[in-house]
Amino acid sequence: MFFLKLVGRNAFRARLRTGLTIAGLVIALTAFGLLQTVVKAWYAGVEAASSSRLITRNAISLVFPLPVYYREQIRPIDGVRAVTMSSWFGGIWRDERSFFAQFAVDAPTFFPMYSEFRFDPDQYQDFLRDRRGAAIGRQLADLYGFQVGDRIPIRGTIYAGNWEFTVRAIFDGADPTVITRQMYFHHDYLNEFVKQRFPRRANQVGVFVVEVEDPARVAEISAKIDATFANSLAETLTETEKAFQLSFVAMLQTIVQVIQSVSYIVVLIILAVAANTMAMTARERLSEYATLKALGFGPAYVARLILAESWVIAALGGVASVLLMPGVAAAFKGALASAGINAFPVFEIDPMTYVWQIAFAFGVGTLAALVPMVRAARVRIVDGLRHVG
Amino acid sequence: MSAAAASPAAAGRAVHAAGSGPALIEVRHVSKSYTRGEQVVPVLTDINLDVGRGEFVALMGPSGSGKSTLLNLVAGIDKPDAGAIRIAGEDITQFSEGDLAGWRSASVGFIFQFYNLMPVLDAFENVELPLLLTGLSRADRRMRVEMTLALVGLADRMDHRPNELSGGQQQRVAIARAIVSDPLLLIADEPTGDLDRTSAAEVLGLMRRLNEELGKTIVMVTHDPRAAEAARHLIYLDKGQLTDLSPFAAHRA
Repeated sequence: MFFLKLVGRNAFRARLRTGLTIAGLVIALTAFGLLQTVVKAWYAGVEAASSSRLITRNAISLVFPLPVYYREQIRPIDGVRAVTMSSWFGGIWRDERSFFAQFAVDAPTFFPMYSEFRFDPDQYQDFLRDRRGAAIGRQLADLYGFQVGDRIPIRGTIYAGNWEFTVRAIFDGADPTVITRQMYFHHDYLNEFVKQRFPRRANQVGVFVVEVEDPARVAEISAKIDATFANSLAETLTETEKAFQLSFVAMLQTIVQVIQSVSYIVVLIILAVAANTMAMTARERLSEYATLKALGFGPAYVARLILAESWVIAALGGVASVLLMPGVAAAFKGALASAGINAFPVFEIDPMTYVWQIAFAFGVGTLAALVPMVRAARVRIVDGLRHVG
Repeated sequence: MSAAAASPAAAGRAVHAAGSGPALIEVRHVSKSYTRGEQVVPVLTDINLDVGRGEFVALMGPSGSGKSTLLNLVAGIDKPDAGAIRIAGEDITQFSEGDLAGWRSASVGFIFQFYNLMPVLDAFENVELPLLLTGLSRADRRMRVEMTLALVGLADRMDHRPNELSGGQQQRVAIARAIVSDPLLLIADEPTGDLDRTSAAEVLGLMRRLNEELGKTIVMVTHDPRAAEAARHLIYLDKGQLTDLSPFAAHRA
């Protein structure tokens, strides 16, 4: 108890210095948490990907389509449970800044495969019945205030023209990690339009989504699918949905790596600040530590005093940063949204981020105290008594 | 009290600041030097000294004469390069650092020039510090601390921190800390060096009481002639030589 009393009082003896050090820790660890959350959000689509779904696309590039009839050749392959299709639409609603993803899908086969999307049954049936109907995600609906019954005019870019859809259903995600910031409409509607306007592009799709019976066989089934279309006009590349999502993130991999590096650099910076604080503190109190040693307290006791004080400061910074994280993350997301940047539909703090914040706090506390501990423990009593702090 | 002549100790002969009984402190052929860069500076050379139990010895000398060094060696916070120092029959120069720390906590009370109190602890807690190294219960520690603070006249200042006390009061707290564990020996390094005249007189009076009424053995380094007068033996150290000036001190008394 006496030890804790001494540590606690010493920690707040120089209140301004301790307060600023704690503030620095809070800022650095909160920044670390926020940057880690940004990195996590970047990979949100990857994390949500299913292990039992494969994406089959044109082997040359995603830009090139595949014939619709490939579906009938994929379906009978051993291990394939179901096949659906999806095409990126890429239209513009309102303006370029109000971007959201739009996909043309074969709804009756697509949504049963994506069970993480939850529909109101009546809305779902209305959507199936309306060829021009659109199903939009909850995050998208909340973002732009879409409601069931709204008409959404979209200017086609890949498929030039003016398109109009009617919101028939708003779907939710099964959990907060599911992205619901996209719009789906019927592939038949797209294909009819293309037949009329761009007949040579008709009956083509962007990708096939293949559901397998056994996730352990994905490599084998992928190879079979690609072997089926080897040496054809449109050879395929089949990969897991996770790998497919990762390929998009990989385009910005350098930025993600930079963000991750910065998150660790801020921790190193605060380590230097905390180490300076402890070094100054220990240097000022050298005569006190020497007095304690003269009275009979051992070097280990003196070392523990310094370490405990460093831990107290670090713990306060770590706990405060953990408590601040939810509010900071929400404010960050809100600020992005206010600026029209909606890059992270899923922006959730991973529980491990909190663990890392506390771990880094104690790591900083320990490392910052290391040199002062050794110095104070080793100082000769006569030299320490002569020291003027 | 020894009536030794005021003469330098001959080589190999100890200066005795002792009565007829066995010496509490026996310093034999002690030498100590310090390294300053590449230079080795001898500070003490073949020093011999006896201090009897219950004696009050003042150690004086010019700056750099080694008196604080000798004090530090006797207190066990430094080790000589050569020689032996026996305190109550135990040669402390043979102790390990850990043993020395334990020995100090039980046997030595320190009184420093600048008090060296812990600023974040109040008077009670500062005095309690040495008792934390004993096996005493909290209640026993409390009793001893209160008794000791009453002895030094600071019973009403227990909950005051050092910055709330005058210099003289701080030194009295330091004296209380030095005696609370009833050590064999009190080591005082310039105890009045940072005090005004009145406070110095109070502190010296207290030290005399501790010596005369409680039989505490005190070895004190001082530049202050008034402090020297409070002692019963005066030993002068210069150029590595100890001289017992006790008759001089006795004459003044």
